[in-house]
Amino acid sequence: MMGVCTRRNVLGLALAGLAFLACGVPVAWTADNFIIVQSTTSTQNSGLFEHILPLFTKKTGIEVRVVAVGTGQALKNAKNGDGDVVLVHSEPDEAKFVADGWGVKRYPVMYNDFIIVGPADDPAKIARLKQAPEALKRIAEAKAPFASRADDSGTYKAELKLWQAAGIDPKGASGNWYLETGSGMGATLNTAVGKRGYALTDRATWLAFANKHDFKVLVEGDDKLFNQYGVILVNPERHQNVKAKEGQAFIDWLTGAQGQAAIAAYKIDGQQLFFPNPRPQS
Amino acid sequence: MLDLSEAFRAALRQIAALDPQLIEIIGLSLRVTLTAVAIATVIGFALGGVLAVYRFPGRGAVAALLSALMGLPPVVAGLIVYLLLSNAGPLGVLQLLYTPQAMIIAQVILVTPIVAALTRQTCEDLLEEYREQLRSLGASSASIVTTLLWDGRYRLTTAVLAGFGRAIAEVGAVMIVGGNIDHVTRTMTTAIALETSKGNIALALALGMILLVIALAINMALMGIRRLASHFAYA
Amino acid sequence: MLEQPTSLTALDARALSSGRLLPLELKSLSLETGGRRLIDNVDLRISEPGISVIMGPNGAGKSLLLRLMHGLIVPTEGAILWGGATMDGQIRRRQAMVFQKPVLLRRTAAANITHALGLRGVARSERGARAIQALQAAGLERQAFTPARVLSGGEQQRLCLARALSLDPEILFLDEPTASLDPASTLAIERLLIEAKHRGIKVIVVTHELGQARRLAQDVIFVHHGRMIEHQPAPCFFEQPESDAARAFMAGGLVL
Repeated sequence: MMGVCTRRNVLGLALAGLAFLACGVPVAWTADNFIIVQSTTSTQNSGLFEHILPLFTKKTGIEVRVVAVGTGQALKNAKNGDGDVVLVHSEPDEAKFVADGWGVKRYPVMYNDFIIVGPADDPAKIARLKQAPEALKRIAEAKAPFASRADDSGTYKAELKLWQAAGIDPKGASGNWYLETGSGMGATLNTAVGKRGYALTDRATWLAFANKHDFKVLVEGDDKLFNQYGVILVNPERHQNVKAKEGQAFIDWLTGAQGQAAIAAYKIDGQQLFFPNPRPQS
Repeated sequence: MLDLSEAFRAALRQIAALDPQLIEIIGLSLRVTLTAVAIATVIGFALGGVLAVYRFPGRGAVAALLSALMGLPPVVAGLIVYLLLSNAGPLGVLQLLYTPQAMIIAQVILVTPIVAALTRQTCEDLLEEYREQLRSLGASSASIVTTLLWDGRYRLTTAVLAGFGRAIAEVGAVMIVGGNIDHVTRTMTTAIALETSKGNIALALALGMILLVIALAINMALMGIRRLASHFAYA
Repeated sequence: MLEQPTSLTALDARALSSGRLLPLELKSLSLETGGRRLIDNVDLRISEPGISVIMGPNGAGKSLLLRLMHGLIVPTEGAILWGGATMDGQIRRRQAMVFQKPVLLRRTAAANITHALGLRGVARSERGARAIQALQAAGLERQAFTPARVLSGGEQQRLCLARALSLDPEILFLDEPTASLDPASTLAIERLLIEAKHRGIKVIVVTHELGQARRLAQDVIFVHHGRMIEHQPAPCFFEQPESDAARAFMAGGLVL
């Protein structure tokens, strides 16, 4: 046995193994037809992409690779040229993105709404309130735990607008009852559930979330809770590597008949998560 | 209340069913980490051996730097590689971001200092014993390095396994540079992070248990090697 | 007492031209570290074949002297010449050394020898045969494929000696080779040294055992406090040591 373990044999075996491994790993730059979409954790956590993307790939042969980070992060990555398309939900940031020349054009693609969820015993007594800012005021007064995204996401920006409308700055209580997780939607919901507190979430993530315990939807339906998603092609003039043709093909599909139908068809427990925006007839 | 026992049972069912997505994720984890460890081993052995044997100005500083890099947080390694490979960065033209290759690069950066520092230590210990005899035999510095590396093979194997253990279990680096893209760059650790954030505790647990089994296997291999080594007085 | 010439004689010139490493000359050799003079102004000339024994009480500097002679340590003052030449890679390759504690690699006995042969540039195809030959001469052929470090102390030291001899050295240095060995192993080692002498290898041994010195030595170099006190042919030294220190040493007392 010792005789076999000569230096040469071991080295040869190691090199062969390395070669085998290197071949097994998919190579990035072979003729793979793909685009990179920078999107949000809420869209990913909802499971929408698993449902609609295979349909696009089947039709066009273009693979869609989704990198899910917060809205702010997605737009920053796109500014660096690390993506071909962005799909996020923060209209003012999206408009600025295009105005600054980083994106070509913004298309509204779908919408849903935000909701406030909380434990069944509802310590701040916000259930069935019609105004979201009022609910936040009661949470602040009760000093009930509230888990906030506190990242650069569309959900977080919507949340901040609601605090503004309520006339409250929760940051003073950060670490106290206002918990800034700096994380994605799912992780933030886990925190809310773990701390038996409240959270603002998009409905799609909540419906797909598997760790609800006894938590319920407590506040919904306020106009201020409207959540619009937009899709933008990253400007190929700013970054050479952007796959403009394939990216636009994706946008066209997403805002076209088949894409919109696929979005509408995505349901969990019979409930629709996203509502398509029909393309304006112009 | 999270029902742990139910989650465990569901996890075991998924493992037993050999879910193809599960297999894909495990396969990618292993391929990325094994490749990274193989590359890091080649670099680390050479670096460690040279540091132990050759005398040159700044030798102490390099050795100290390597030991410090052993504790490099994976997210930091991931961040550095991301900044390099981003399209706005110096190596953007390589189009390596969000690919398994980027993940391999990040893990090589994590594992090489471990292998190099442990190799240097092993070779220095051996050199204490062998230095006079090898000089008497007229060995060149280069042949001293190769002699020590082969002689320390059992101890060096444990160094490599230590590097593997670190890489297979980390999530920070592969998450940032890989992007956790479904079917492309989703490894066991990034999948655990994702499934946990979706509240899919069962799947997350299943992956976690598999990771634990791998870690256990590494440790058993380590013990086996040590026992074999002392049997032949090769420790 | 042997002559101490200070310039090359005709004999030396012949030795130089034929490329022999003898005479081995130490000229005003000193070694100083940390303010302490460990070897003090040694003048020594070894030119005769056979086994030279270096003796002296513990701490006298015998091992240091040996290492200086093998070129492992660089002196602070003075010079060492091997056949009139200074140390370089070639000269070291024509020597070999066996240390007090056997130094063996973590591989089989035979592999230890083939490794050393490889370092000397011996062709791969020849190494195996030469290793087996050396093992046979040392009576270790049955342990050829045993892990070297599993062998007994005596076997390990015999292996180190076999390895050194396989390199065909012109000078063989040994630093207290049998210090921790049992009599049987000691006998085996001494037999190998005598065989080496008959093959024409110059052997220089450090020992503190009088009996061993008597059995092996052609000439004796007595060292004390880092100085060379005496250098005599063996019969002269053992009959009539010239210095008090040597006399006290032979009488078995502690020489301060």
